[in-house]
Amino acid sequence: MEERVKVSNLNAYFGNARALKGINIAIREKMVTAIIGPSGCGKSTFIRCINRLHEVVPDTKVSGQVLLDGKDIYLPDVDPIEIRRKVGMVFQKPNPFPALSIYDNVAAGLKLNGIKKKDYLDEIVEESLRRAALWDEVKDKINASGVSLSGGQQQRLCIARCLAVKPEVLLFDEPCASLDPISTAKIEELILELKKYYTIVIVTHNMQQAARVSDHTAFFLLGELIEFGKTQDIFTAPKDKKTEDYITGRFG
Amino acid sequence: MCAAAFLCAFLTLVPLISIFGYVFAKGVASLNLDFFVNMPRPVGEAGGGMSNAIVGTLILIGLSCLWAIPLGIVGGIFLSEFGNNKLGTTVRFTADVLNGVPSIVIGIFAYTVFVLPMKSFSAISGAFALGIIMIPTIMRTTEEMLRMVPRTLREAALALGISQFRTTVSIVLRTALPGILTGILLAIARIAGETAPLLFTAFGNRFWHQSLTQPIAALPLQIFVYAISPFDDWRRQAWAGAFVLIVIIFLISFISRFVIGLHYKSTSSR
Repeated sequence: MEERVKVSNLNAYFGNARALKGINIAIREKMVTAIIGPSGCGKSTFIRCINRLHEVVPDTKVSGQVLLDGKDIYLPDVDPIEIRRKVGMVFQKPNPFPALSIYDNVAAGLKLNGIKKKDYLDEIVEESLRRAALWDEVKDKINASGVSLSGGQQQRLCIARCLAVKPEVLLFDEPCASLDPISTAKIEELILELKKYYTIVIVTHNMQQAARVSDHTAFFLLGELIEFGKTQDIFTAPKDKKTEDYITGRFG
Repeated sequence: MCAAAFLCAFLTLVPLISIFGYVFAKGVASLNLDFFVNMPRPVGEAGGGMSNAIVGTLILIGLSCLWAIPLGIVGGIFLSEFGNNKLGTTVRFTADVLNGVPSIVIGIFAYTVFVLPMKSFSAISGAFALGIIMIPTIMRTTEEMLRMVPRTLREAALALGISQFRTTVSIVLRTALPGILTGILLAIARIAGETAPLLFTAFGNRFWHQSLTQPIAALPLQIFVYAISPFDDWRRQAWAGAFVLIVIIFLISFISRFVIGLHYKSTSSR
């Protein structure tokens, strides 16, 4: 089992506030790693460090190492744009580009990077939408606005948009937080399907969700990684008292 | 309470309705095809029109847009994307003050920097003055509209590996475009009726303009000259001119409302 992303001694700051404190974690290839923990514990900040999105917020800072396929993505000669193409991200609220059609939403990452060949784009758009389990629902209205879809469909559109740039790692930041149970089930099903091709990290507030979809689980508390291990072990035999308290619902 | 609110609402409509009604009644009577296609005739000769002034106004609007729209939009992008600092605050404050400067003062300014060195009244000096009036409106609307684009949209684009520049232009600007367009149309509607800044820049012209560096006719100026003249025929034409000007401005703001409507429909149809 190969390690795809290896994080060592990662610290992240908002101004002077330290949001992540010396995180060490290894994310394995073609597995789903869930990040759980109470609000404000640094879960989102953590995954935003993996695609270098943390630094787009003004007055923020990162220190430590994040190795993607053995190469530190924070070295000065690394272009964050290249990293973001390899590490895709799906956000908490579905955020399709409102001015673009469904087709253009999916093609955005390619088109805006100068790829214009129509045949190639058509092919990628269809393939991405199929992988995101949305093709059958939208194939007849591919030129309709992206925001004309339902919330769950919009989120799958965002997943397709992400897949179109052919990433290796997918980050999900509470992807079901604003969805109903049926849409949530569809997204979870999709994550299990996508696992065949991609390495996945998912932040979730929903512990059942973590238990259902993930192979490994990391428990964060106040910016620290408390426990990391096989999902089954974390949920049945947590080693740390704090993990146990959290997953049994005693706090958080 | 409800009755008082209704009354006040009604009272605000009275000036608009009465002005429009009066100009309509007076203007339509002297309006005919000649007015649109003919040049002004000498005093005492009946008929004639304001074709030169209608075209002149359109040329002045076009020339003003040519330099004020790019400047205003790029300035607005600066304010929203890089303007959270002292420079941004200064630019914002300056734009707001400029928005309040009386238009005649802007006319005098344009006269000093443009007309005096060129030793001639000209269309371009008029467009310079009108453009100055447009810039703050366009810049501030652009800024507001860009700020309304949610941050998550920028992040989504950046997370796809799209560069900062392409994100701003192709995603953020494009999303805000209908709003920015509305700001531009409102700015055009405002300058279309400006008279004071043209008095000593475009100056007006009873004939077809020779070139853009020569005086040019403008509808508001022509209305002004005709309305204070002692000739009945001219005053009738001034009414017709006023009516045409109102219709032009009305059309512009009608279009802008239509654009907002489209924008609203496309983003709220969840």
